[in-house]
Amino acid sequence: MSALRVLVLAESSATEATPISLEQVALARKLAEPSGGQVSAIVLGPRSSDVDRQLISGGADKVYAAEESISYDPDVWVATISHLVSETSAGVVIFGHTSSGSDLAPRLAFRLSGSIATNCENAAIENGMIVATRVCYGGKARSVLRLSRNPAIITLRPGSLTPLAPDTSRVGETKSISANTEKARSKLLERKQEDVRGLRLETAKVVIGGGRGLGGPEGFKLLEQLASKLGAVVGASRVACDLGWCPPSMQIGLTGKTITPDLYIAVGISGASQHMAGCAGAKTIVAINSDAKAPIFADASIGIVGDYKELLPKILDEIQRLNS
Amino acid sequence: MKILVCVKQIQDPEIAPGLFKVDEASNSVVAVPGIAQVISPYDEQAIEAALRIKEKTPEAKVVVITLGAASARDVLKHGLSMGADEAVLVEGPKNGSADGFVTASVLSEAIKKLAPFDLILTGRQSADLDAGVVACGLAELLGIPSVNFAKSVDVSDGNVVVDRVLDNGFEKIQVQLPALVTVSNEMGPARKPNLRETMKASRKPMQSWPQNDVNKDAGASQELIRLYVPIKEKHCEIIGGTSAGETAQMLVRKLRDGRLI
Ligand SMILES: Cc1cc2nc3c(=O)[nH]c(=O)nc-3n(C[C@H](O)[C@H](O)[C@H](O)COP(=O)(O)OP(=O)(O)OC[C@H]3O[C@@H](n4cnc5c(N)ncnc54)[C@H](O)[C@@H]3O)c2cc1C
Ligand SMILES: Nc1ncnc2c1ncn2[C@@H]1O[C@H](COP(=O)(O)O)[C@@H](O)[C@H]1O
Repeated sequence: MSALRVLVLAESSATEATPISLEQVALARKLAEPSGGQVSAIVLGPRSSDVDRQLISGGADKVYAAEESISYDPDVWVATISHLVSETSAGVVIFGHTSSGSDLAPRLAFRLSGSIATNCENAAIENGMIVATRVCYGGKARSVLRLSRNPAIITLRPGSLTPLAPDTSRVGETKSISANTEKARSKLLERKQEDVRGLRLETAKVVIGGGRGLGGPEGFKLLEQLASKLGAVVGASRVACDLGWCPPSMQIGLTGKTITPDLYIAVGISGASQHMAGCAGAKTIVAINSDAKAPIFADASIGIVGDYKELLPKILDEIQRLNS
Repeated sequence: MKILVCVKQIQDPEIAPGLFKVDEASNSVVAVPGIAQVISPYDEQAIEAALRIKEKTPEAKVVVITLGAASARDVLKHGLSMGADEAVLVEGPKNGSADGFVTASVLSEAIKKLAPFDLILTGRQSADLDAGVVACGLAELLGIPSVNFAKSVDVSDGNVVVDRVLDNGFEKIQVQLPALVTVSNEMGPARKPNLRETMKASRKPMQSWPQNDVNKDAGASQELIRLYVPIKEKHCEIIGGTSAGETAQMLVRKLRDGRLI
């Protein structure tokens, strides 16, 4: 088998690669290694040499970076990535299953007449071909696909793999690339992004999730109180977001955030597969639900059957008592 | 103005996890008797988005289109009863093809026959495959721009303005028509079929095209080698207690002992 070249689209802030980017690099390393292949990361948005170093010590051999951050535009980004795939004869391109990855990956696949598997948890090489395992049927099933056309394009679900331990002795080079000048067909009128510094759902060690069972936005105030005592981050089911009780960025699940905390406390959440798809990686799940038959109890390791309105204040008191 | 909405028939995605079964020998989902085939929820919301545009632009014509078996007429009828004007069934496998390349190329050929059109609306992903491949792929094949994950869609002066949901926020994007937009759940609930439209539905045009007429050879891009249900090995310990206070105490102790808090 000839040396496999794997490209990763890395997302970053000016100072830090996102956690999923490092998972992508780890997967790329695993795929490239057996054939003595090469892993390259592409950074088109904001970055610094810190980002490059992080990607290289995380497993990349090369970083292709835009000299100046290219403002996100799918046409420009797809054209730029597509050009690089052809130039480097990459056989595999790995995106994060994020809002931009979901946007770019299918377009790239169709532009290059490749193969695509989205929403993947893992991938391997079998008989020289990429075989990807993806989440489907609302998280109830997994399908394993052999990607028979070249390049194989994957979007990786955050929280699926552990990034490699950073190896600062690794050396790699940064090459600058310029944006493809293909005319952008869309115009950005406005962008509102929450500040994601500090505690984030994706990386929190303790998460408290609220669902329709909270009965309204006031219930979330109680969850916030508990969270501040535990150093936890509050998330929600999609129904709670759809009802306007909290912003969509708090949604945990198949189409929301994937969390991998040590402890997830799910309050008033029934445990639909689409929700569990985002929290199955939690080490311990505690379910608080008034219905003993709720499906969440099949996924939780600790359960309490009862009304959260009665239980949470007592849990708060108890923590207060232990802490004092 | 012509708006095309791509809709897909699927098995109800919100069935209890215990009812969902896979036949591993044939790598297929076992149809559960009594469980309805429904319109994929995001696709229903895409029809809703189209009808909201039609309310502001009454001359707009909304055409729903599906690739599927004869049973998929039900989801087309659902769209017509919500208020869509016309429907097209492209006959193919039940619940469409699992290969996004095949689905997108068949749909793109069908859509070329329906040209000219101004806007294509789809769901952000089909709620069975959960792929999110067909829509952007379709835009690529048709050579038109696309915007993913719409919360709202407005059309004016030959442009479409989309509020799009990001991982941590929103952006507002303007794109020239013709364009494709995928709709996310943040669009809000779809209207129910109403009596007036339901009465009219049977008189609205519904065409049926055999797949072979539309695209003879859409090459496969992938092969399904396994479909399975992951095994859960969790055992849930229910914490009892005679009062809320006692239960809370037992829980907090347990979490403390396990160094979880
Ligand atoms: C394609 C698709 C994608 C989806 N993606 C996601 C996703 O990413 N994330 C997601 O979360 N969902 C998603 N969903 C929705 C999912 O299927 C469920 O509908 C949703 O997760 C249910 O939310 P819930 O548990 O808050 O509400 P419900 O299912 O209504 O459950 C509420 C629970 O609260 C309990 N309760 C009520 N009162 C109390 C009380 N006083 N104290 C304690 N417990 C109480 C009830 O017993 C019940 O179990 C998706 C659905 C589809 C079709
Ligand atoms: N068989 C089909 N017929 C019509 N539209 C489809 C079909 N399959 C997918 N689509 C459209 O493409 C979107 C994305 O589907 P997918 O790529 O399968 O997740 C869906 O929400 C539909 O709008």
